[in-house]
Amino acid sequence: MIETPLAHLGDTSAAGPRTFAERRRARNMGITYLVLAVITAVFLTGHDGTAMFKLDDGRSFSLPAQTTAWVAVAMFSVLAGGALWRGYGKLTNAVLALVTVTLLMTFLSWSAAGTSFSLIGVLVSTVGYPTPIVIGAMSGIICERSGIVNIAIEGLLLNGAFMAVFIGSVTTFWIGVLAAMVTSALLAWLLAWLAIRFKVDQVIVGFFINFFVLGLTNFLSKRLFVEHQNWNYVGTLRPLKIWGLHSIPVIGPILFEQTVYVYVAWLLVFGLTWLLFRTRWGLRTRSVGEHPRAADTLGINVVRLRYRNVIIAGAIAGFGGSWFASNVGQFNQNMTGGRGFIALAVVIVGRWKPIGALCAALVFGLFDSLGNKLATLHTGIPSEFISMLPYLATVVVVCGFVGRSRGPKAAGQPYDSQ
Amino acid sequence: MELELRGITKRFPGVVANDDVNLTIRGGEVLALLGENGAGKSTLMNVLYGLYHADEGEILIDGVARRFASPRDAIAAGVGMVHQHFMLVPVFTVAENVVMGVEPTRFGALNIREARREVRAISKEYHLDVDPDAITETLPVGLQQRIEIIKVLFRNAEIVIFDEPTAVLTPQEIEAFFRIVESLRVAGKGIVFITHKLREALRIADRIVVLRRGRTVGEVLPADVDDRRLAEMMVGRPVELVVKKAEAHPGDPALTVTDLTVADADGRLLVDHVTFEVRAGEIVGVAGVQGNGQTELVEALVGLRRVESGEIALAGRNITHHSPRLRHEEGIAHIPEDRQRDGLVKDFTVFENIALTGYYDEPFSSGPVMHWGTAEREATRLVEEFDIRTPSIGTATGTLSGGNQQKVIVAREISRDVKLAIASQPTRGVDVGSIEYIHDRIVGLRDRGVGVLVVSTELDEVMALADRVLVMYGGRIVADLDRATTNVNEIGLYMAGATSAATREHAP
Ligand SMILES: Nc1ncnc2c1ncn2[C@@H]1O[C@H](COP(=O)(O)OP(=O)(O)OP(=O)(O)O)[C@@H](O)[C@H]1O
Ligand SMILES: [Mg+2]
Repeated sequence: MIETPLAHLGDTSAAGPRTFAERRRARNMGITYLVLAVITAVFLTGHDGTAMFKLDDGRSFSLPAQTTAWVAVAMFSVLAGGALWRGYGKLTNAVLALVTVTLLMTFLSWSAAGTSFSLIGVLVSTVGYPTPIVIGAMSGIICERSGIVNIAIEGLLLNGAFMAVFIGSVTTFWIGVLAAMVTSALLAWLLAWLAIRFKVDQVIVGFFINFFVLGLTNFLSKRLFVEHQNWNYVGTLRPLKIWGLHSIPVIGPILFEQTVYVYVAWLLVFGLTWLLFRTRWGLRTRSVGEHPRAADTLGINVVRLRYRNVIIAGAIAGFGGSWFASNVGQFNQNMTGGRGFIALAVVIVGRWKPIGALCAALVFGLFDSLGNKLATLHTGIPSEFISMLPYLATVVVVCGFVGRSRGPKAAGQPYDSQ
Repeated sequence: MELELRGITKRFPGVVANDDVNLTIRGGEVLALLGENGAGKSTLMNVLYGLYHADEGEILIDGVARRFASPRDAIAAGVGMVHQHFMLVPVFTVAENVVMGVEPTRFGALNIREARREVRAISKEYHLDVDPDAITETLPVGLQQRIEIIKVLFRNAEIVIFDEPTAVLTPQEIEAFFRIVESLRVAGKGIVFITHKLREALRIADRIVVLRRGRTVGEVLPADVDDRRLAEMMVGRPVELVVKKAEAHPGDPALTVTDLTVADADGRLLVDHVTFEVRAGEIVGVAGVQGNGQTELVEALVGLRRVESGEIALAGRNITHHSPRLRHEEGIAHIPEDRQRDGLVKDFTVFENIALTGYYDEPFSSGPVMHWGTAEREATRLVEEFDIRTPSIGTATGTLSGGNQQKVIVAREISRDVKLAIASQPTRGVDVGSIEYIHDRIVGLRDRGVGVLVVSTELDEVMALADRVLVMYGGRIVADLDRATTNVNEIGLYMAGATSAATREHAP
């Protein structure tokens, strides 16, 4: 009967693909690995010499570029064979991770053959740089999970950056941060009000807020900061070493010598995971985003919950915006540069889960800081291509790991109680 | 507990849905509420549940007037409702759906263990047999309904409203449902049971109230009436409960299906090498318990699902890989099983939905220009002919009562000139008067020489309409029977997979 194939599902000893989808995925993976093997053999075996990778405290390791490349080619071919033959079942993602890391290291030793490369620097900025994206994504997750599409994260971040610099310069840094949070929350309230009360299309309201903030901050920064340059200076935040942990070799400087923002972002990620999936607020929020009518028939106040969540999300995005103040110390026009939109993308590829979004943001951060590093290495790759890299790589890698995903069903739909 | 509705009036733009309705519900009894489509049954219950607010009238509980501003108040007063369209979050577990809104917590966190325990306890007490950790969307409709029942009981409801609970259930599930209702009655709950199936009302109810056009037109005891009398009370005229039809005169094959196979994403066979034929001028009924491949078979026939192998031919022409529109133009009419998903655009008006299948061509349009006048005339004619109860043809179809939505689809599909009509659950949620009418029209199609395929989980419907009966089980056609020589028992056995199960026993 039908139970027989299901009974085997718990059995992991033989890692063969079972369902149609799994078989197809295994086949695609196999083909991909083969292609990677060919690409590596053709493009990455040409450089002689050794690349030295610097870690912290003078530690380092070296890889001979050509040998590494040939080892990688061999490895990819073997793994491709395995994937095509049987697939890796539950180990699929582990194999994919192994291939990704190997490919990266091969590429880096090819680029840095004959010179040295500060791996630690790349990793530190991998963790630090995507902070506003992570925080913005948390804001987006709260909104989407409660059924409101928030395209305005970019605007909320930009507003946060401006307010944190301006108010922070006039008063003190943390009062600036508070102002960023309050004003972004107000903007989010405007979004909620138009979307919930007047049922204006949420995407359009979001775009309106983005352009409004962009125009207003451009105007104000010209008006105010040219004349009063001391209003455009908050100073940057220095990294905070976590006592004890920061002295762990390699890991320490990467994870525990960051600014307060990084720690808060991680707290937000894990806190929000717990809140969404383990608390009453989370259950209600998710129900309102999936099936508001069902929530309504059980006496949950859909409209009030949506207002509250969007406003909280606004404050969070405002806080994320103030990261730019802490990082640069002053305001530049459009200084968020699309990071809010990347946050939105990160929400989707992270499957509307905080930890998923964090992972996607870190992948983005990794390729972004690699791109920056490569630009200084004279690899012969056009710089335009390098600046494309983080976007391309995030999409490719995340597609490989994540596959199909489904968002909250009622996101973007206004709720009508009668 | 005794609950009384006194003088309830509820108006919608263009209609009076409830007009001075009086109703009493007592603990420990089952009250059946009958009425035509659009009579106002669901509206009345939504008023009682606090979802709608009555324009006039009051609700009394044990003699005290109460105001229900929202479902929260109704729940607090002990009223629970199982809606016509379930109110479940598909991606939640059973336990999550049950506790939503009244979650047990511990130190600020959701106490899901407590929720699970409660679900198990209720499940056990009323023999509901539901796993609290199952994901709702993976469960069959019958089990989803039980989640709704557990939701209501978890909130300590004393009055439980069921809005057409049996419309979507299989015969086996209906039996189980009646046992649950019985145990609720024994536990002293007051039960309101809305249905279009008169025999169900006669069987389970202690009292029957009939609504017509928003007013109560009678209250009777089941012992004092029969289904004919009830039908007449509902519709206001005598209703023919048996389909009258002459001998069939089958002609050339209208539909020929050869070795058709359909698989799901995991490669499992949903339709397993099916071969059959529908000839012009005959009605072929497909019987079977829901979920044995009928849905997928129909989807494959109308082009909504990819065919793995095999061939579909319409009047001898191979249409296996035609698009749905092309099949439609070749002469297939389709009344889909899920009317809200596949049959209608809920936010479109009635006349827009009428024009939906032919909008791109004469007479509804020439080139890019729509002729809305034609669509409106056509809609007006069909509304008249099919007795669709709607305030106007410009009303959004989603606000019509369930049965009237169904009639809009039936009207659109069978008023065209076709070679083959495929009807899935054509009378689901439709009142007796309209069932009579729709059945007559289907027989009329046959007599005009159209081949008709009727898929229904309602055995009575298959028996009433079909000239030939196919039974599906496990994705295969396990029996091809002549209506004249078969009976309900034989079909029932095949539906339960009797013969195939026996052969499987001996398989290695
Ligand atoms: N939200 C609404 N807006 C406008 N009109 C409505 C609304 N809900 C119901 N109506 C109208 O009120 C009338 C009664 O509808 P109701 O849904 O109560 O009928 P019903 O007796 O439940 O019918 P059925 O058996 O088909 O479910 C119908 O004419 C319907 O068009
Ligand atoms: Mg109804």
